[in-house]
Amino acid sequence: MRHTISVLVENKFGVLARVAGMFSGRGFNIDSLNVAPTHDPSLSRITAVLKGDDVALDLCTKQLRKLINVVDVTDFKEGQAVARELVLVKVKADAKSRPELLQIKDIFRAKIVNLTPDSIIIEATGDDEKVNALLGLLEPFGIIELARTGRLALKR
Amino acid sequence: MKTTSSPAAFPPAETGREMKGADAVVECLIREGVDVIFAYPGGASQELHQALARTDKIRVILPRHEQGGSFAAEGYARATGKVGVCMATSGPGATNLVSAIADAYMDSIPLVAITGQVYSKYIGKMAFQETDFYGMTLPVVKHSYLVMNIHDLPRVFKEAFHLARSGRPGPVVIDLPKDVQQAKFHPVFPASVEFLNAYANATQNQATDDQLKHLLGLIADAQKPVLYAGGGIISAGAHVELQAFAEKTNIPVATTLMGLGAFPEAHPLSMQWFGMHGSAYGNWAVDQCDLLIVAGARFDDRITGDTTKFAPHAKIVHLDIDASEHNKNKRVQFPITSDICYALARLNKLAATNKFLAPDTAAWHAQIATWKKAHPFGYEKSRHIVPQEAVATLYALTKGEAIITTGVGQHQMWAAQFYRFNEPRRYISSLGLGAMGFGYPAALGAKVACPGKQVIDIDGDGSFMMNIQELATAHIEKIAAKAMILNNQHLGMVMQWEDRFYGSVRGNTILGDETNVGSPDNPDALYPDFVKIAEGFGVKGRRVIKKSELREAIQEMLDHDGPYVLDVVVPYTEHVLPMIPAGKSVKEMLLK
Repeated sequence: MRHTISVLVENKFGVLARVAGMFSGRGFNIDSLNVAPTHDPSLSRITAVLKGDDVALDLCTKQLRKLINVVDVTDFKEGQAVARELVLVKVKADAKSRPELLQIKDIFRAKIVNLTPDSIIIEATGDDEKVNALLGLLEPFGIIELARTGRLALKR
Repeated sequence: MKTTSSPAAFPPAETGREMKGADAVVECLIREGVDVIFAYPGGASQELHQALARTDKIRVILPRHEQGGSFAAEGYARATGKVGVCMATSGPGATNLVSAIADAYMDSIPLVAITGQVYSKYIGKMAFQETDFYGMTLPVVKHSYLVMNIHDLPRVFKEAFHLARSGRPGPVVIDLPKDVQQAKFHPVFPASVEFLNAYANATQNQATDDQLKHLLGLIADAQKPVLYAGGGIISAGAHVELQAFAEKTNIPVATTLMGLGAFPEAHPLSMQWFGMHGSAYGNWAVDQCDLLIVAGARFDDRITGDTTKFAPHAKIVHLDIDASEHNKNKRVQFPITSDICYALARLNKLAATNKFLAPDTAAWHAQIATWKKAHPFGYEKSRHIVPQEAVATLYALTKGEAIITTGVGQHQMWAAQFYRFNEPRRYISSLGLGAMGFGYPAALGAKVACPGKQVIDIDGDGSFMMNIQELATAHIEKIAAKAMILNNQHLGMVMQWEDRFYGSVRGNTILGDETNVGSPDNPDALYPDFVKIAEGFGVKGRRVIKKSELREAIQEMLDHDGPYVLDVVVPYTEHVLPMIPAGKSVKEMLLK
């Protein structure tokens, strides 16, 4: 099962390595990982999405709680949290394909954040489904590069 | 979450005179009550040694290998419950500490390992003797620090000692760049430390009365209850509470090896210790019980074998301070997160106030007594000295009052089977990690901590060789730790598995000349000559081959007032029994 684990940590060096090591040392592959400070600059929130056996992951979150720099750990079940992801995607675009791309952008309520004669960068946010659907539609135009934040989540 | 400490609640911090970082480290150690440190110097830790030379409050013991020093620090910690401290320089000095740190992590031993680090401007540049020790030890520490700001030093040390000894104890690494040791500052020594992490603050560690009353209810309904007690009892100093609880509820007790001595083995309720090589009756009782109360233990695979077949008929109650141990290896019906000393003391109180009556379990006790009588730990007599007999003789001659340390292997199991432990902190052994070479340095640490006690390393010839250089430490530092080597010229435990599971094919398990293997019948081929080695170190030694001389030889070792090596030559043919093969269940226990 896919889990979204939110870990509130002290904003100190080495903390990410400890948290990531807790997953990697137990054979979990991290699908996505996001780290940034919270409104309190002494704290950061790590959001990790990973697939794994429920029992093993439950154990893993308990062990995360033992890390001295970890303040809180939440394993969000489906529906418990609002989850979003931001993606920046650079797509091939010439005068011919641009109108169609703009149409897709509007449907997905995305933004154009950069425009050149042969490419555009689209910024989109949404849940996994929306982002994946957008990327599926952009694929035929030719995706040049793409960066995504990975899932961010907050409890409802 | 973060709380503001009021001046009324906590004593104020104290600002010291101007000093070097290294002197502040020593000041911190003194404030934490450290009286001995096992430390091997080098370029990156020299500054700390210079600072230690300026105080007479801390004894600095120079081991002959950093691994020996760190195992000695563990021996000190295991014998006393106090934090053991070891120190090494950067790079190879630090990497040599890794085994002891991993060992302390596995067995929950309070250890602070201090390492010198290269100048901070050289970090990450592959400087001479640089390793990322902070990164290297991440998976085997309770916590660790790389101190980049000198002003953090006093807080880091205060936190490190708190973390090492509180909650579930464990190792803490402090890596100190040389420039931090050399810089001068006015240290501010905090009077107390606080963490944002609840586990570190140990604030959520008490069982509720509801949980404990429920447990008493389960006991009242049980017909075949068993108490399974682990090393947590010893860490928490809860052996008195455990005994009172067992007596009040009339429940038989089987300990783990980590829990050896947590419950007196001479007690009528004792089933000694159970697991792979534990007592047959202890294993059978756990297998048959209808209620298993697990106290301060972690369902190690050497205890459970196949977890799906472990205690299959039992309701299991698991009391542990570490919530991550619940349902880790074995699903349990009733996990209780608690300081074990609190939980047991509270159970005793609740049992008294609620006029708890132990259930009638006479039939169960009779069954256990029958098993006990039929299958005690035993061995067959031989015309040679067998290793079990050597341990039993040592037990008799020391009246069970010695502190025993061990290496890892057959001798480690025989030491646990044939020496009887009635008090905690008397069996000191690398049990989770299983680190060979642990025995003698650990004996040094234990002897330093308890100079008035006999401290004897019961060792194997393979394990003893792994830190044999510590005989020099014993001689120079005048530490009268003894070693009794059960010398069978083989790596006995691996050999036993070869005999049982690999058709006796020897895969590098013979320690001498394979074409001329030494034995009691072939003494000329014995290799190496431990007595001569000891002599070279200035340590008295003796080899004993004849059964008729065993008793007198052990007595001579005990009477000697310095370190001593007794090389007891034994046949290699003995196997440790009973044995539950790895991953199997009690049903497959080998009794012969």
